[in-house]
Amino acid sequence: MAPSSWTDERIDQILGNLLRAGVILASSVVLLGAVLYLTRHGTQVHDYQVFRGEPPDLRGLRGILQDARALSGRGIIQLGIVLLLATPVARVMFSVFAFARQRDYTYVFVTLLVLMILLYSMMGG
Amino acid sequence: MNILELTLLLWVGAVAAGLVGALTGLGGGVIIVPMLTLLFKVDIHYAVGAALVSVIATSSGAAAAYVKEGYSNVRIGMFLEVATTLGALAGAYLALVVSGASIAIIFGFVLLGSAYLSSRSRQETTDLSPPDPLATRLRMNGTYPTAEGMQSYHPRRVPFAWAVMFVAGVLSGLLGIGSGALKVLALDQIMRLPFKVSTTTSNFMIGVTAAASAGIYLNRGYIDPGLAMPVMLGVLIGATWGARLLTVARVSLLRIVFTVVIIALAVQMIIHGFTGKL
Repeated sequence: MAPSSWTDERIDQILGNLLRAGVILASSVVLLGAVLYLTRHGTQVHDYQVFRGEPPDLRGLRGILQDARALSGRGIIQLGIVLLLATPVARVMFSVFAFARQRDYTYVFVTLLVLMILLYSMMGG
Repeated sequence: MNILELTLLLWVGAVAAGLVGALTGLGGGVIIVPMLTLLFKVDIHYAVGAALVSVIATSSGAAAAYVKEGYSNVRIGMFLEVATTLGALAGAYLALVVSGASIAIIFGFVLLGSAYLSSRSRQETTDLSPPDPLATRLRMNGTYPTAEGMQSYHPRRVPFAWAVMFVAGVLSGLLGIGSGALKVLALDQIMRLPFKVSTTTSNFMIGVTAAASAGIYLNRGYIDPGLAMPVMLGVLIGATWGARLLTVARVSLLRIVFTVVIIALAVQMIIHGFTGKL
């Protein structure tokens, strides 16, 4: 496709679809995890009054993937949340690409800066 | 109360929070934190984590509809996102060291400020002075569709807006809110963008800002799946419903009622913070 067809309008449309797809995918995974979690643990009691922090396996991508693969409800919900966090990151990545196609290198730089800040946070800060 | 009952109640509450957030234009995050802490007695750190997740969901969901209308300015949004994401990192680190009571007090005051900002009637000003050289160099001048055809606009005072956006980012990371009211203030009062452009660009930025602090929250164990699940799914439904309602019904009376509710919530947060009940 010729670079000239990458107009701002076309980019906006792709961005809109990307965001919608990300939210739908993430919500579906969270919902699936919710069903598993509630059918297994629905009758138990959990208290959020005191902050204890999540166990280490629910804090990082590797542990979350492991839990999700073991079909733990909480693990699958957390995976859905990770997918949700990834949606804005994907949006920013796409913008880097789109600005590069427009040869707008000032904004390639600006967008890469935002991407680096996001990735720094995702790695745990 | 067992987990199933609690989850259902949280979900119903989150639907209401998303609805009120959309109708008042304040966003679900500012309602969900007081609701979780005051009503459900959830520790404020968990509440902020769950609220951030819901903020990302609603922002991305709504942005999908907005960007297609062609109002948002991606360049302005991206340039200011450098400020909001840096601020969000700072806010998330601050949240790790600040006590729950202090977060509640700051939350209450920010909520009062946001309610004030969004209830003010805004005057659209036509600015006929020549385009700002910095904004022009950054290719921020743009056009947007109006009833009279495409209208051009020229942003002003970019550095000042950038600084305000940094503060908006800090508040977002510390309190789990979208900081939409402050972002819109920077875009339409400081940069003098048209309303439609500021509200849609602000919404566009909220998700990226919240993601910048949510990564740190997740890694420090502040995001609980059992709590974030009903909150995220509920707020998303409530916000979608609220956005639809806004297009078909006049909601000025509802807005006044909800603003009163929000002021009451803010005062409660401040009192609870000072008396150490949180």
